[in-house]
Amino acid sequence: MLIYGLVNSAVLALMALGFNLTFGISGVANFTYGAIYVVAGFLAWSLINKFHLPYVVSAALTIVIIGVAGAYLYRFILKRIRGLVISEVIATFGIALILLELLRWAGFIGFNYSLPVFIDGSVEILGTYVDIQRLLVILLGIACISVLYLFTHHTKIGLAFRGIAQEEHTSLSLGINPDRIAALSMGFGSALGAFAAIVILPLGTITVDGGYDVLINALSVCIVGGLGSTFGVIIAAFIIGYAQTLTSMYISEHWVMIVSLLAILVILAVRPSGLLGHQKELEERV
Amino acid sequence: MEGYRKERIARGVKARSDDIYAVMSYREMWYLLFPRLVPVVGFTVVAFLLPEYWQKVVVTTCIFAMLAVSWDFLSSCGLLSLGQALFFGLGSYTAGILNHYFHLPIYVTIPAATLIGGFFSTLILLPVIRLRGIYFAMVTLILPVMLGRVIEATRVFGGTEGITGLSPFPNIWVQLAFVIAGMWVALFGLRRFIGSDYGLIFVSIRDNDRATMASGINIYAFKAQALFIGGCIGAFCGAFMTHSYMFTGMPVFAMEYSILPIAAAAMGGIGTLAGPLLGACILVPLSEFLREFGSLRIVFYGLILVVCVVALPEGIFHYLSRKYNEMERWVRLE
Repeated sequence: MLIYGLVNSAVLALMALGFNLTFGISGVANFTYGAIYVVAGFLAWSLINKFHLPYVVSAALTIVIIGVAGAYLYRFILKRIRGLVISEVIATFGIALILLELLRWAGFIGFNYSLPVFIDGSVEILGTYVDIQRLLVILLGIACISVLYLFTHHTKIGLAFRGIAQEEHTSLSLGINPDRIAALSMGFGSALGAFAAIVILPLGTITVDGGYDVLINALSVCIVGGLGSTFGVIIAAFIIGYAQTLTSMYISEHWVMIVSLLAILVILAVRPSGLLGHQKELEERV
Repeated sequence: MEGYRKERIARGVKARSDDIYAVMSYREMWYLLFPRLVPVVGFTVVAFLLPEYWQKVVVTTCIFAMLAVSWDFLSSCGLLSLGQALFFGLGSYTAGILNHYFHLPIYVTIPAATLIGGFFSTLILLPVIRLRGIYFAMVTLILPVMLGRVIEATRVFGGTEGITGLSPFPNIWVQLAFVIAGMWVALFGLRRFIGSDYGLIFVSIRDNDRATMASGINIYAFKAQALFIGGCIGAFCGAFMTHSYMFTGMPVFAMEYSILPIAAAAMGGIGTLAGPLLGACILVPLSEFLREFGSLRIVFYGLILVVCVVALPEGIFHYLSRKYNEMERWVRLE
């Protein structure tokens, strides 16, 4: 139970990181995120099974393609409506619908769409058998978070990211182009989504409806953790992850999604800026 | 048109202010009445003359038009909702339960479901009423999905099967008259409401909620009222549809009921109330033609959403009203 909770938390953290990165930096609530996740899954699947590329190559290719596509999505569509909250939400949501329903229409439904695991087999930890893939999820989650931390604190682009997130006008006067950074952040966010898809999807099958679930999970983790705060996301992922695991074990599988909603409602009622949402002022959300 | 610029002049009758008119002649009265009377009369007459299949389409159109108007009303109050399906579903289930378990007749269930549905929508959203912008949008996006899951999990009210065999309307004519009347009442009522001093508070909450608070107005109370009004309209749609289909179930929380109103509003012009109605009158019959494409329809809605929001942010209604209320001419640059 302890371990499955941990795995679940890592899964949630991975899902939420990309969304959180884009939102924290450019302020664009990327409702396309769930769709990007699913598209990445199918892209990797078709690269492996249709084009017969080796696994590592297709995984890397997927991440790059999705990242570039995300950046161009910002460059050509979202840039025009930056700052208009209603338009941003509607446009990204519309794009998500287009992608997901197009996939559904094209017939990507069924159980035969699943990605291969990295390493097959399972190990015994504390008396329970765990697939190696699940352990890898945890490890890669930790790795991803640390790389992200190093990236945002020690590289030029990363520092520009944080600059834009904190004070857009000042960074503009220091020669940082907000649109370029926002496009990059969208690209990085999408690439993280693709990465999460490739790591997590081998645990199950790729479904179109999964896109909506991923979006909801990412949203709830981000709201609970405080939008724009990476460590908030990690803590929230642990809270919601364990809560979901406990629920599915002791109550019923159906109630899992409801836990996320309850978490959101409680957090919003008690602490509207999220657990660790210092960066974004309270005023922005209430 | 090198060396020229386009000059726009408001017509004389309109010049004083946005809602005060100086009506001097029958011609000017007709000028004001024309854009209001012709759609109302025309729509009603056409609806009653159509063959029965298309009359059903008209009913659906009116329902979506009302949902779109209520979405636009909420967004004029600064409450960006991505889940009209919540209101729709609550109204639908309330009507279904009242009719199925309490055997109430149809003329009781619809009004009751309208009020109870509106009340519950407000109650559910009350904890998050302090949120604004995308935060509110996120919660409203999640809620209908969640309620669907709750019903699936608990198997209450028929579970995944839903409740069937509800009492129908006497005939299609009653349905048509009822729903068309409802639509015009919702549109003109809300327009009048937004225009009044009381409605001004709602608009000011959208424009600057801090300033509204600083003026000593409890914005949360007003937001709750806006939710109740918007929720009631949505719930009426749900209750009406339930009796029209004689069924309520999990599909009432479907994404379509959230997306189509927004697409209609984006197409018709956000913030005008009449625009979303116009958008719905275009989109719903159009989607009827596209029925054979199945789930590709939602792709089509999404496409309209993106194109309208990004490329035509003004919307049809703004464009039309500008053409109608202003004279345009080319003048030589000095």
